[in-house]
Amino acid sequence: MDALKPLGDSSLLITLGDEMDPRLNRRVHALASLIEAAPLAGIRETVPAYAALLVHYDPLTLTYSQLADWLRLRLDQADSASARTPRQIEVPTRYGGASGADLEAVASAHALSPADVIRLHSRRDYLVYMMGFTPGFPYMGALDAAIVTPRLETPRTSVPAGTVAIAGAQTGIYPLASPGGWNLIGWTPLKLFDPASDSPFLFAPGDTVRFIPIEGDDA
Amino acid sequence: MLEILEAGGLVTVQDAGRRGWQKFGVPVSGAMDWFAHRAANVLVGNPPDAATLEIGFGDVTLRALRDCVIAVTGAGFVTSTFAWTFPLWTSFVVHAGGTVRIMKEGDGNWAYLAIAGGIESESMLGSRSSYLRAGLGQKLEVGDRLNIGQPSRSLDELAARTFSPDKLPLYSSSPVIETLDGVQSNWFTKDGLETFYSSDFSISPSSDRMGFRMDGAPIARVHAAELLSEGMTIGSIQIPASGLPIVMMADSPTTGGYPKIANVVTADLPLLAQVPFREGRIRFKMTSVEEAQARYRKMTRALEDGIEEVENDAKFAQ
Repeated sequence: MDALKPLGDSSLLITLGDEMDPRLNRRVHALASLIEAAPLAGIRETVPAYAALLVHYDPLTLTYSQLADWLRLRLDQADSASARTPRQIEVPTRYGGASGADLEAVASAHALSPADVIRLHSRRDYLVYMMGFTPGFPYMGALDAAIVTPRLETPRTSVPAGTVAIAGAQTGIYPLASPGGWNLIGWTPLKLFDPASDSPFLFAPGDTVRFIPIEGDDA
Repeated sequence: MLEILEAGGLVTVQDAGRRGWQKFGVPVSGAMDWFAHRAANVLVGNPPDAATLEIGFGDVTLRALRDCVIAVTGAGFVTSTFAWTFPLWTSFVVHAGGTVRIMKEGDGNWAYLAIAGGIESESMLGSRSSYLRAGLGQKLEVGDRLNIGQPSRSLDELAARTFSPDKLPLYSSSPVIETLDGVQSNWFTKDGLETFYSSDFSISPSSDRMGFRMDGAPIARVHAAELLSEGMTIGSIQIPASGLPIVMMADSPTTGGYPKIANVVTADLPLLAQVPFREGRIRFKMTSVEEAQARYRKMTRALEDGIEEVENDAKFAQ
């Protein structure tokens, strides 16, 4: 399989694998850092995902084959190149209550208590594999196998901003009020997306995140 | 300044899009019909990526609060000011206090109103493009006023220019849309690919700036495996469980988890954007990345040399 393919006439997809794996994902971020540190003229931006990196470019400046040749030379370097040092971000989280409405259902689906789910969710560091869905939404993982839970059969039409949720082996936080099909287990007062700020996003792909349980009433 | 007196349909400010934030999940947005957007700017002497009004599916009336030059481009609209009716793809003067009406008429979905000097709405994350789902920009309403920048030349020089008709995209309600092979096209059966490239699709009325949902024959898959989410782009054609294609448009999410059968070429995005919902018929055809990029370069050259002076410009003065 050729790892490089056109995705339309202005983007090139580099596929490095087909599974959710931290080492594979670190390689995606390392390749993105390598490209962005000294980009070829015509590269507009890169979008890391679990196991693939999308490179957007201006076809008035670069042809597909010029870009592909340039990128092939960098594919091997990405193994030795270091990604930027990941930041460690703590997310104070109020578990359960109205904004964590699925906490009890998640617990009983696994024959656990809500306190067990909170402990299992908050005791490990998560990697921000990628961002997408809405501005600022982090796809994080992997959950402890004991609390891996399928998506809801019927998505909610509106989930409030700041809601902490899980789906499959992933955990995420809704930055904006939006529809959502994940299991809601808590809420954080942190603002994940503030377009007026100099640093509009709380997270970046490749960051490390830990949830810190807090007490409090529903907002 | 421009004041909005009537705002039917979906009226937003759009420029060439918001780039550099896709890794954080921010869509590019920008004009649905990039060619009409850029041409409108070129007609009034603006940089091609300046902010314009995007008018979708409805009638809009504006009042100029000072003398200005305006051009309206796109498909499916007519423009009038007082007694005069103007063709699209032409620049004209509107005097202070004068009104301009852009009316939905005929096949097409989107019009672009450019004003000499450009619309100077608030720039968010480096762009004036509206992305309503995240509160970037807003849907414009009656009474809203838009600030305008300084024109690049005198209004006399900018008025009464038109875009050569033979350099326009061939807007149609039944276009053939060229695509590149999708990164997961091998997830579909031979029959599924045959269906995709040889049957007619129409655009579901539930479509919007984020994506055009196709009605037609469903596309069969080889297996039901799940795709790990990965980056996608404007023009990506995803096939969800229903088998019916969704073509991602200007407000496309930056990543997606459905297999992509194909990707519309940039040169044909304007044609697709303007196909009437429900009644229009679309056929997809495969091309190569080299051909697609050559066609895009040719279209951008047309933007540079497509402008002509209107021969008898007396009728454009009020």
